Amino acid sequence: MSVAIALDAEVGPATCRHCAQPVGAGAGEFCCAGCEGAFALIHELGLDGYYSRRDAAPVAAGDGDAPVANLAGQVEISPGGACTLRLRVDGLTCGACVWLIESALGREAGVDSARVNLTSRRLTLRWAGAAGEADRLAGIVRQLGYRVAPFGATETDDPTASAEKELLRCMAVAGFAAANIMLLSVSVWSGHATGMGEATRTLMHWLSALIALPAVAYAARPFFRSAAAALRAGRTNMDVPISVGVTLASAMSLAVTIQHGEHAYFDGAVMLLFFLLIGRYLDSRARGRARSAAEHLLALNRAPVTVLAADGSVSVALPSTVPVGAMVLVAAGERVGVDGTVALGASEIDASLVTGETAPQAVAPGSPVFAGMVNLAAPLRLTVTASGEGTLLAEIIRLMEDAEQGRARYVALADRIARAYTPVVHVLAFATFLAWVLGAGLAWQPALLIAIAVLIITCPCALALAVPTVQVAASARLMGRGVLLKSPTALERLAEVDTVVFDKTGTLTLGRPDLLSDAGRSAADLEEAARLARASRHPLSKALARAAGPGYVAEGVREVPGCGLELDTPEGPVRLGSRPFCGVRAGHSPEVGPEIWFARPGREILRFAFADIPRPDAGATVAALKASGLRVELLSGDRAATVAALARELGINDWSAGVDPQGKCARLAELRAAGAKVLMVGDGLNDAAALSAADVSVSPSTAVDVAQTAADAVFQGDGLAPVAELLFVARRARTLVRQNLLFTLAYNLCAVPIAMLGHATPLVAAVAMSSSSLVVMANAMRLSRPGAKRRRLSGDIP
Amino acid sequence: MNVLLVLIPAALFLGLMGLLAFLWSVRSGQMEDLDGAGTRILFDEDRPLPARRTGA
Repeated sequence: MSVAIALDAEVGPATCRHCAQPVGAGAGEFCCAGCEGAFALIHELGLDGYYSRRDAAPVAAGDGDAPVANLAGQVEISPGGACTLRLRVDGLTCGACVWLIESALGREAGVDSARVNLTSRRLTLRWAGAAGEADRLAGIVRQLGYRVAPFGATETDDPTASAEKELLRCMAVAGFAAANIMLLSVSVWSGHATGMGEATRTLMHWLSALIALPAVAYAARPFFRSAAAALRAGRTNMDVPISVGVTLASAMSLAVTIQHGEHAYFDGAVMLLFFLLIGRYLDSRARGRARSAAEHLLALNRAPVTVLAADGSVSVALPSTVPVGAMVLVAAGERVGVDGTVALGASEIDASLVTGETAPQAVAPGSPVFAGMVNLAAPLRLTVTASGEGTLLAEIIRLMEDAEQGRARYVALADRIARAYTPVVHVLAFATFLAWVLGAGLAWQPALLIAIAVLIITCPCALALAVPTVQVAASARLMGRGVLLKSPTALERLAEVDTVVFDKTGTLTLGRPDLLSDAGRSAADLEEAARLARASRHPLSKALARAAGPGYVAEGVREVPGCGLELDTPEGPVRLGSRPFCGVRAGHSPEVGPEIWFARPGREILRFAFADIPRPDAGATVAALKASGLRVELLSGDRAATVAALARELGINDWSAGVDPQGKCARLAELRAAGAKVLMVGDGLNDAAALSAADVSVSPSTAVDVAQTAADAVFQGDGLAPVAELLFVARRARTLVRQNLLFTLAYNLCAVPIAMLGHATPLVAAVAMSSSSLVVMANAMRLSRPGAKRRRLSGDIP
Repeated sequence: MNVLLVLIPAALFLGLMGLLAFLWSVRSGQMEDLDGAGTRILFDEDRPLPARRTGA
């Protein structure tokens, strides 16, 4: 654990004792109250060993006052009275986190077991007692500095998990059978050279049959099922020739064994299954991981809402469980979790995730608000409305459905090849049979054996591995860079992209206000304002606090709804807030963009201006995309002046402002009609339809639910570089897939004539098939190696 | 060659044991958290736990 020791040495007095972030001078040992609480709890439980065991510092524990849904309803109670709760946990960095959570929960009275799965980031908690304990136990995990979210009722069982387990079992059986049959086959092959007796050889063949036939019957079921489904639908896929090849190889070998023949292909049939199952299992696991990570992100961002009951009691619930007509409270600074109309209160809301418009909008009783908007100024009461006809969401969903219908179903490359490959191979085998019987005058039985040998040797083992192995390598590499591939065909579609269309707010920019620098402002003034701002959850206060860094919070700060923050000092009230609240004279300075004012008794009034700044590497990414020959376009719902300024800053020549969702779809349709392959990058509700209308789409992990669901890939983090990386990996993957396909074509061109001439003995088949599969796999693995050429598309992005 | 009559069944039996052990490990969920299992082994308590504080 040398890493931990090194880290401990670094943690000097100027860093937080819990999260190791720098702490402002004189601000104490902790960066925030959350970290202090987490440290105190860990210390109290006697789990200080955590700090020496971890090898990565956790994220700051945060204020931890976000509402948490009532978890008692999520508890499964077994007949014996034991309660089980499953939670998603965010913020796990290493095994020490697992140890910390399990130890802390294990010491609670009544807890039978607490088990954290580091791979799927889930906590399974079992205890004896009341279901109501759930909130208290989850509270401990939150207090330790981790975010938790419950599993929805519908997502408790992952349907792909059981399919994956089945693949793993099939793979194990096929592997066992392949190894043991190969043992017997090698002796048979050596026997050909050293004169093994017919009786011994037949015994070996029977033993092989005994292992191979049950193994094929068990391990080939996934292929048989898929092939049968394809044939019933009147199509062929790669599994049809695989199933035919494996079945024929087994049946023919059994016939040979019964007749005491010389060549049995049991080893080839089972080995083929083994290789294919490895590929299939890796593919399924990589895809399952990306999908579950995407679901995890969505669930954690789906914050619970505060429901006000008719009798005035307040409870916290998940948005999906709130009935239509219920009254919901939205505090200032909170994100609206449900669609509704304002029943009481007047405030300003930030609708940038919904419309792309960055300027705050005023709302009053009767105004519709949508999930994803942020309440800026004052608390609101909403009446929940169904997302039925006439609402914005319903309109977006209708647009998305239209877009989906308009998009021709993309056929994966492997399926296109399979459609051509299957008939060609079967015709070749049939022609071989006819040629030997009619042309060479061979009896029908040996001719049939040769024809079947053709089918075995062309069984598309390497071909079936060519695409999935590259996809596995690509998705693993992308996952390491924070990109989650959700659609299996996304990489193929990405490789063809020649136009990239960006949304502005939240995509090219961070979608949150950031303090603009001002040369005339002293660091002391900023710190003084930040001491008030740290007490508030208003987005502008948070931006101010972020700019000032961690530090003290002033005692006794009052939040005046809709106005700002106030602090009583001996000299008089200090105020941080809106123009009228701070007594700014009209015409003091022009009002552009979001701002707050800072008024202190006897001192000059200060203005803090904010803007939605671009992502730190947005300019470099746009330049890199343009350098690699892509056309970049900006489509925004925001005002022309803002969009033009950003487009100029980032060097984007084609931009349109004030575009509504229909307009975005229309623009994409126009581009696609002109023959362009379009990648849409967007995050808002207003982008969701455009995301479905594009050839392929990507959204940041901060996007609204609908957009993330519509996108083919999701990227995390503050940077835009993952988009360039995604396009680079997709192009590289396409090159590797083409190389693999060319190789398998060359392999077939060599192997088929040998088989047609009747020289494909089981030894030749085994060597040819396994070596071709290994070459294809090794070639795919080149993608996970950071090559010298990787910087070509990502430019100089750090 | 009669030794084969013993060796082949013995080899198959051993292989089968390995297969069954693997299938058991899959069934009992040991393949579900490969990342966690690797680090979990390092964190076993090698001294008794401190007594739990009442009311904590």
